[in-house]
Amino acid sequence: MDFDLSPAEEKFRAEVRAFLDEMLPPGTDTNDPKWMGDWLRRVRAKRWVGFSWPREVGGGGGSIMEQVILKEEMAKRKAPALGACFMGLAWVGPAIIQYGSEAQKQRFIPDILDGKYQWCTGYSEPGSGSDLASLQCRASRDGDHYVVDGQKIWTSIAMWSKWMILLVRTDPTSEKHEGITCLLVEMDTPGITVRPIRNMSGGAMFAEVFFDRVRVPVENRLGAEGQGWQVTVSALAFERSSIAEVEGLRRKLEELVELARGCVKNGRPALEDDAIRRRIARFDARIEAMRMNGMRFLTKQLKGEPLGAETSINKLHRAALEIELGDLALEIEGSAGHLEREVDGGRWQRFALSWPEVVIGGGTPNIQKNIIAERVLGLPKD
Amino acid sequence: MNFGFTEEQELLRQEVRKLLDAASPLETVRKVAETPEGYSRELWKQIAELGWLGLTIPEAHGGAGLGWVDLTVVLEEMGRTLFPSPFLATTLAAAAIADAGSDAQKQRWLSRLADGSRIATLAVLEAGDRPGPAGIQLAATPLGDGFALSGEKVQVLDGAAADLLVVAFRTGRAADDVALAVVERSAPGVAVENTPSIDATKRVARVRLDGARIAPDAVMGGAWPALARTLDRAAAAVTAEMVGAAEGALHLTVGYARQRSQFGSPIGRFQGVKHPLAEMYVDVESWKSLLYWAAWCIDRGEADAPRAVSLAKAYASEAFARIGIDAVQLHGGIGYTWEYDAQLYLKRSKWARPIFGDSDFHYDRVAAGWRAQGAA
Repeated sequence: MDFDLSPAEEKFRAEVRAFLDEMLPPGTDTNDPKWMGDWLRRVRAKRWVGFSWPREVGGGGGSIMEQVILKEEMAKRKAPALGACFMGLAWVGPAIIQYGSEAQKQRFIPDILDGKYQWCTGYSEPGSGSDLASLQCRASRDGDHYVVDGQKIWTSIAMWSKWMILLVRTDPTSEKHEGITCLLVEMDTPGITVRPIRNMSGGAMFAEVFFDRVRVPVENRLGAEGQGWQVTVSALAFERSSIAEVEGLRRKLEELVELARGCVKNGRPALEDDAIRRRIARFDARIEAMRMNGMRFLTKQLKGEPLGAETSINKLHRAALEIELGDLALEIEGSAGHLEREVDGGRWQRFALSWPEVVIGGGTPNIQKNIIAERVLGLPKD
Repeated sequence: MNFGFTEEQELLRQEVRKLLDAASPLETVRKVAETPEGYSRELWKQIAELGWLGLTIPEAHGGAGLGWVDLTVVLEEMGRTLFPSPFLATTLAAAAIADAGSDAQKQRWLSRLADGSRIATLAVLEAGDRPGPAGIQLAATPLGDGFALSGEKVQVLDGAAADLLVVAFRTGRAADDVALAVVERSAPGVAVENTPSIDATKRVARVRLDGARIAPDAVMGGAWPALARTLDRAAAAVTAEMVGAAEGALHLTVGYARQRSQFGSPIGRFQGVKHPLAEMYVDVESWKSLLYWAAWCIDRGEADAPRAVSLAKAYASEAFARIGIDAVQLHGGIGYTWEYDAQLYLKRSKWARPIFGDSDFHYDRVAAGWRAQGAA
C-alpha cells in the first residue's frame, strides 16, 4: 500500500498548481466573461480539455494518474470546468472517438474541444426511464435519410443545444437491445419541437423534445445500425473516477460545519448539539469512504483491470449525500429552514431542491442497487 | 500510487484462510465456544508455530516486525470464521508494550508473546464506560519502590485466558497522567472473573485488583501517548475483524437468497431482498476502504491516523449492527434458530459495536478534529 506519486506525477501536480495559482489569485471573479474566455483558451492550449482523449484527435493523452491529479487539483481550487461543451466532453466525444467515421471525428471533435456549441442527450422517453432499452422513438429508412418520429423527455439543455445524440428504434421486430441505433441530429432540423420543463427549484434545465418526420442524413448515424445500445453503454463507461465529486462534497461538508457553527439551536451553536454534530460526522465518514473507494478502484484501473459494477457504490453514496446534506442544512437553520432567502441568501434551500439532477439522472439509487445485487452478488435478474 | 495489498500479503491471506477453513469451520467454532476455555490450545500452538502471534512484534524480540496492514489481512480472515482465540488480545498487549516499554521490558515480555508461551491482554476500560484517558481512574498508591493497584477493569478481552494483564492506571490529575503496568494474573490481589458475552466466540472478563503489588520494573510511566496509539490500533483491529464477519454474514445471506424459493422464484429476485443485500455490500466495501487507509496511516505514523481510525470504526459499528440484524431477518424463521449460523454474526455485531469506542465516541473524535483545524 502506497499513496505516493512518482516524480513525474509530482512534477505534473506542481505544474497544475502553478497554473491555478496564476489563474485564480484571491478575489478572482470567475463569472467575468473576459476571464472565462481567457481560462478556456489557456486550458485548451495546455490540452487539458479532453485531457483523457488520444492526442491524435486533439486530446491530451493524459495517463489515468494525471487525469486524477488534474481533476483533484481543479476541484480543490473550485476551478471552473475544463471546456465549455459539457456533454460533448463527457460522453458524446468519447462515443464519436470510439465509433465515429473519420469524417464525423473531423467534423465534431474539434468543435467539442473548442466548446463552439452545446450537445444534448436524447435517451429517456415518457415510457422509458430506468428501463431505457424499451425506448420507442422510431426511425425508418427513406433513401439516404432516416425519418424520426416520437418523443424524448428529461433532455437537459435541449433548448440551448445545437446537436443531439439520439437513440432511436430502427428495428421494431428484433430483441429489445438490438433494434436500437444512435443518430447525431442537428436541433434546427424541421420537425423538432423543444418544450422546456420547469423543475421543483423553479428553474428549467431540461425539456421535452418532439420529433415529427424529422429527416436525418444516414451519414449522421454513429456506429452501425442496431449498434446504438453498445455505443451508449461504452461511452458511459468513459465516466471515470469520482474524485471531483468527492472534492465537491467535501467543500459542501465544510460549509455545513460552518453553518452549524453559526446557527443557534436551543440557545447554543447547532454544532454543539450532539445529534447534529454526529450526523455531520457521519457524512464525513461517507465522503472519506468515497475517496478511499475511489483509490481502490483507481488501483484496479492502474493494474489494467476494467471497472465493473463497483462504481455503483460511490453513486449510491453520492445520491444519499446530495439529498441528506441539504436536508440537514435546512434542519440546522431551524424554523427559518423553509424560508426562501432568509439564511445565506437561500443557498441551502436551492441546494435542497436540486439534488434530483444528480440523483435521478444516470440511474436511480434503486437501479444502482439492482446492478450491485445482480452483477456483484450474483442474484437473479428482475 | 497503489492502494492494494502486496503479493506477500495476499499469500498471507491465503495461508490464514486455508488453515482456518480446515481447522476452524463454524461447526468447530460452536464446539470450542462451549468449552470453559473458549479457545483451542492446539490451534494456538499451531498459529504460534506459523508465526502469526509475532506478526507485528519487532524482529529483535522474536516477531516478524510487520505492520497493521498485514495484521488487517489476518484479522479479516479470523473475523470471517468468527475464530475464537486470544490472538487479538495478545497482539494488542504486545503493541502496548512495544510502544510504551523500555528495552528491558520489551526483552522480558515480547518474545514470550511472539512464541505463544504467554497470553496477554489490555485492561483499560472501567465502569464509567469512557474509552478516553478520563475514563482511566484506577488508583495507584506508592508501595516501596513500586505501586499497589486497586480498582476494577471491565471488558478485558480474554482476561480469563491471559497470563499477563497490561493495566492502565492513573498517576496524577492531568487528563493524560496515565501509566501502564504489566501484572501477572497469578499475583496476589488479582481476581479475574469471566463475564459471558452473548457472543460466545468472544470472551471478556472483569478484573479486580485489590492492592496488587507492582514492581517498579513492571511499570511504564507517561504512557498515555503510547496507549492512545495502541487504542487506535485496537479499534482498527476490531474493525478488520468486523469486515470479515460482515462478509461472512453477507455471503451466507446471499447464498440463502439464491437458493430459497417462494412465490415460484428465488427470493433474491425480489427487490425487497436484493436491495438490503446490495446495501450490505456497499457498507462493507466502504468501511473496508476506510480501514485500509487507517491501517496505512498507523504504519506510517501519519497524523491522520486517529481520524482515519475513527471514521472506519464509527462506520463499521453502525453498519455491522444493521448487517447482523438484516442477515437474520432476511432468512426468515430459519435465521432465528440456534442451529443456523446467521445468529452468530448478529451476536458478533453486538460484541464489536462498543469495543474500543462506539460510533458516537468515534464521530465525536472526528468532529473534534474539525474544531482543531477550524474547518472540516
